[in-house]
Amino acid sequence: MSNVSAKQFNTVPAGNPAVESPLHWSYQQQKSTPSANAGVVLREKALLGHVVLRGGAIVMDEAVRQVLGMSLPAKPNTVTRDEAGERSIQWISPDEWLVIVPGGEECDLERRLREALGDAHVSIVNVSGGQTVLTLAGENAREVLMKTVAFDVHPQAFPVGKGVTTVFAKATVVLRRASETEWELVVRRSFADYCYRWLLDASKEYGIDTQ
Amino acid sequence: MTQTHRINAGGHVDRSQTLEFTFNGQRYQGFKGDTLASALLANGVDIVNRSFKYSRARGIVAAGAEEPNAVVQLGAREETQVPNVRATQQALYKGLVARSTNGWPNVQRDVMSWVGRLGGGFMPPGFYYKTFMAPASMWMTYEKYIRKGAGLGRAPHESDPDIYDHMHHHCDVMVVGAGPAGLAAALSAARAGARVILCDEQEEMGGSLLDSRETLDGVLAARWVEASVKELASLENVTLLPRTTANGYHDHNFVTLHERRTEHLADTASEAGFAGQARARLHRVRAGTVILASGTHERPLVYANNDLPGNMLAGAVSTYIRRYAVVPGKKLVLSPSNDHAYRAALDWKEAGREVIAIVDARANPDGDLVRQARDSGIRVITGSAVVEARGGQRVTGARVCAIDLERFVVTGKTEELECDTIASSGGYSPVVHLSSHTGTRPQWNEELLCFLPGEVKGMISAGGVAGHFGLDETLADGERAGRQAAKATGFENAQAITLPATRARRDGKACALYQVPHEKTALRAPKQFVDLQNDVTAAGIELATREGFESIEHVKRYTALGFGTDQGKLGNINGMAIAARCLDRSIPDVGTTVFRPNYTPITFGAIVGRHCGELFDPKRYTALHQWHMENGAEFEDVGQWKRPWYFPKKRRDNGQERMETMHEAVARECLAVREKVGILDASTLGKIDIQGPDAREFLGRVYTNKWAQLAPGRVRYGLMCKDDGMLMDDGTTSCLADNHFLMTTTTGGAAGVLEWLELWHQTEWPELQVYFNSVTDHWATMTVTGPDARKLLSELTDLDLDKESFKFMDWRDATVADVPARIFRISFTGELAFEINVQANYALHVWKKLFEHGEKYDLTPYGTETMHVLRAEKGLIIVGQDTDGSVTPEDLGMQWAIGYDKPFPWIGKRALSRPDTLRGDRKQFVGLKPKDPSVVLEEGAQIVFDKEQSIPMDMKGHVTSSYYSPSLGHGFALAVVVEGRDRMGQTVYLPMADGTVHEAEIVSPVFIDPKGERQNV
Amino acid sequence: MFYIHCPYCQEHREEEEFHPRGEAHLMRPTDPDNATDEEWGDYLFFRQNPRGIHHELWVHSVGCRKFFNITRNTVTYEILETYRMGEQPSITAETEKLRKEQGVQTADGGWQTIGAQPDSRALNEETSS
Repeated sequence: MSNVSAKQFNTVPAGNPAVESPLHWSYQQQKSTPSANAGVVLREKALLGHVVLRGGAIVMDEAVRQVLGMSLPAKPNTVTRDEAGERSIQWISPDEWLVIVPGGEECDLERRLREALGDAHVSIVNVSGGQTVLTLAGENAREVLMKTVAFDVHPQAFPVGKGVTTVFAKATVVLRRASETEWELVVRRSFADYCYRWLLDASKEYGIDTQ
Repeated sequence: MTQTHRINAGGHVDRSQTLEFTFNGQRYQGFKGDTLASALLANGVDIVNRSFKYSRARGIVAAGAEEPNAVVQLGAREETQVPNVRATQQALYKGLVARSTNGWPNVQRDVMSWVGRLGGGFMPPGFYYKTFMAPASMWMTYEKYIRKGAGLGRAPHESDPDIYDHMHHHCDVMVVGAGPAGLAAALSAARAGARVILCDEQEEMGGSLLDSRETLDGVLAARWVEASVKELASLENVTLLPRTTANGYHDHNFVTLHERRTEHLADTASEAGFAGQARARLHRVRAGTVILASGTHERPLVYANNDLPGNMLAGAVSTYIRRYAVVPGKKLVLSPSNDHAYRAALDWKEAGREVIAIVDARANPDGDLVRQARDSGIRVITGSAVVEARGGQRVTGARVCAIDLERFVVTGKTEELECDTIASSGGYSPVVHLSSHTGTRPQWNEELLCFLPGEVKGMISAGGVAGHFGLDETLADGERAGRQAAKATGFENAQAITLPATRARRDGKACALYQVPHEKTALRAPKQFVDLQNDVTAAGIELATREGFESIEHVKRYTALGFGTDQGKLGNINGMAIAARCLDRSIPDVGTTVFRPNYTPITFGAIVGRHCGELFDPKRYTALHQWHMENGAEFEDVGQWKRPWYFPKKRRDNGQERMETMHEAVARECLAVREKVGILDASTLGKIDIQGPDAREFLGRVYTNKWAQLAPGRVRYGLMCKDDGMLMDDGTTSCLADNHFLMTTTTGGAAGVLEWLELWHQTEWPELQVYFNSVTDHWATMTVTGPDARKLLSELTDLDLDKESFKFMDWRDATVADVPARIFRISFTGELAFEINVQANYALHVWKKLFEHGEKYDLTPYGTETMHVLRAEKGLIIVGQDTDGSVTPEDLGMQWAIGYDKPFPWIGKRALSRPDTLRGDRKQFVGLKPKDPSVVLEEGAQIVFDKEQSIPMDMKGHVTSSYYSPSLGHGFALAVVVEGRDRMGQTVYLPMADGTVHEAEIVSPVFIDPKGERQNV
Repeated sequence: MFYIHCPYCQEHREEEEFHPRGEAHLMRPTDPDNATDEEWGDYLFFRQNPRGIHHELWVHSVGCRKFFNITRNTVTYEILETYRMGEQPSITAETEKLRKEQGVQTADGGWQTIGAQPDSRALNEETSS
């Protein structure tokens, strides 16, 4: 660890203790009745590694190129992904990015980034326990989003590769368009149940499949 | 009942689909395609309501949103009741049930009509207040009956079975109104490629073209409507919203649309075959450009008895005949001020009914329509008007006179014409309401005799609302507006589109006529109604101006002009014109009142949307919520969080099993912590990760106390003030590494504190190198506290918990139940305590392991109530409960946490030396011990020093926290009292609302273990 | 409901994403310890509250979390420009007065120009090609 002034903390247990995603309980509470022609398909990408990077764009870009082999998004409100689509970096603000990687990689990522960054003034924060990713797909996914967020989700205004932080009903969401057919919603743990129930309710008229 | 007024051919109704409906208990039949109003007229129903104030019989006047009388209570069952529905906008469906809004016990025989018959001078504006206010005590009695008599619609008493929702839209061009201008605008903008939303409040799109006599490209205009709507529907960049009223026009081109989705089909969405779908939807549209194509409302003329059923708008007569195939009478007298209104007489005659006469106010009307009327043999009387309607329950005749418009007098001989319908038209008022919502005032146009929309940035008005009344002009204006809007939103190549050919028609000039003169003065003549819904008469307005109300806003409030659910759509301009005449001023000089959203009434359901029931507000849960539920916790709302309040257990009393009361559960939980070990889910505490070389310096500036010496591995409690010196938040902050801190905040203060830190960093001290990030949700926090806490935890952790190596106010990295954890030795209970933080996804595992090992120690889960009692026994404050934004750290006696000698002038420091914060008589934080040990004082109770003084007493403080302490065996409280710290041992009094007066002694706020030995073991 | 151009996100966002934080360009006295009670009181409690052009501090709280300034007309509610911390407004009550005297139309840095969202379109073309 070259950056001795900041404390790293490995949250990944050595053994195999029971683990629950933020939606674990909600899934048990509210099962949707599967419908044959569901207009909306909702899934959780549970237990991923979420890391918030803060710092200057130039040093941070160098570090993520070195460690992740990807560059920072060049424009505001965009997301870059690796070729497999498993790792992504999202612009959150001029000095803030959200990195999402496969679960378990987050602490190693932090360590390697800190090494690469040396003494630069940055902040790296593991928030993997605090948020989760939902995906929304299906013919009516966009209509459900129109009921939910005031941000313009028309393909012209929200092309693939875009990502924004915005208001979700009365909570907040980091909304990303992952592909032509799939949206990703990064929601906070404590609001996850509310977001889930909201999506079930707003999707009801189209039929929803939650697996 | 047969549809006596229905004609056999024409109209847009489907005669093959007969629909039964009930109005005021009577069954009728109508056709699919009818509105409730057209179906009532088809059945010859004259009286649809009783008027608000005079209880006069009222009939249908209009055919659209401007209808003032036919306002009904809709719904077959209690739970489906909808008040204030305009029959003219309600599509007829099978089994529809409606009632008049006014009229008790019924509209035909109204017990309130005696009030109305008292007649002219007896009920001036302010009548009810002037008459019934004395004696004041009786108003409550009168009011019950007057309200019942007046009736304003009522809300259902049972909950609505339907759901509602909202939808957000963004578009380049928002077109309001799908008449000729709106359709042309939508076509030209859409063909240019713009994202277009077109809404129209009616069942069908087309507006005035639906009942037009005119042709487009040689065929009836309605055909062109069909083709245009079809084309628009096929375009991907167009959203068509029929049955959708643009109800509000807000800042920065934000328009709210109210779409009625199933209300035209049945009482509820499920009865309409759309179970699970929204009955109504509120669309929230952010538009690049708004095209206002809302058209015009026809103005009626104001003449004596113009409110009798059978008095209608000329245009409405045409609409009912041409669109619904209903002729609302047999013999018509038409009283117009313009050519356009002649359509009513032509349509009436073509429908095979008799036109008695057209009484035109102009001396020499000569337009094409006038010629047509004369050619078809209709008698046209010029320079005259209907001055008075005759009849009781319905019009039986019209008294017609020559009038002098200039001098406002009746000049010629009276002629009585026998008729059952009087249609009038005083011209056309552009529907400027939406533009007024933005705060701009409409502009008077002397040429056109109407108000036009004021200039609104980002809005283009088109067609009738812009003062273009001819069909060719309207279409061209709409097309131009659509193109202009498309260009303004980035479609520079928008091309002109080809418009259908109209047949040229020459209209003569209209004359300015609002109130028709009468032989008698307004006060003595039979009532001349201006605002039918609020029973405002010309005499009332005249009286108002005479009593000195010169501003139109004052006239409005004195007379109630324009206050109804119809917002004065018919009456306002006439009222302003009358006020102008009485004040001898011009109409633009008098001006208009302000129209506000909503344009037509909207249900609360639509406003609320999906934000109701369990989705009313987010409920935030911790990672341990499942366990709390399974273990019977009662929950308390803390902000949006659901926190366990207490955990009631079963207990046996005399062989009977029952649940503990809250008091019993809290007492048990408190004693468990003081004597054994308890555990609290503290995950809701705000947690902020702070990194950067200047993190320490920053903490020193935002906290009142010192941070320079805090070493890694140590924790400190901090107070945060605003720059006015008042406490805003508190919490502990741990030094993780030299440049790395973890701050905790109060549960409710988390978001606010993070924003507060960012505010100071970004605006005041950007040179400091520091970053803040919320980690509230990432960490779950469990507090294990009590004398046995160490024993329990040592079974599960690899950390040496020895009191020498792991001191009070230390933190360490460790594993707990094989999960990486951070353990903080801090205490909010006064007992030995360990706060365990683990990544939230593993929280339930760790919590369950603690209980597995805790059984032998009788580990007791406790909730927020016990937490409050325990901390209060220690005199520990809760920000927002013991403080209220007017309390300084000095007031709290927390001088030990104020670093006056810190080098940087930290936030709040300067204010602590202002004269007001140095005042000797400030309220100070103390403990209260009630003299009667069984008394638990009321939180918020006021404190006085002299219980004998007279009311109002001199209040010297109040109780901020109060509980029963199971450890002490008596009630105790925390309070703020004037000069409290100098009054230790003194007795104060707490007079209660029921007359009892509690006595209490002022004591130290620390009730247990004042030396703090228990937490240090 | 305002439509606010965030100078950091560089696009328009709905008002619900923002918090207003009062008058902009307030100066905390540089030497608080030696500020008079009156100076401190002015800083804490007294605000301009003008009719017309007003400079306001806002934060994009549900978004980039950055503070920035808005120049807004308190009569028409029109937002004339938004600018980052540390920048000075190009439109002020004085420049507006001057423009009016010279018969020049008000500069339009507001929401009206962005209806077609050219930024997003460019992005669209880039990523879909």
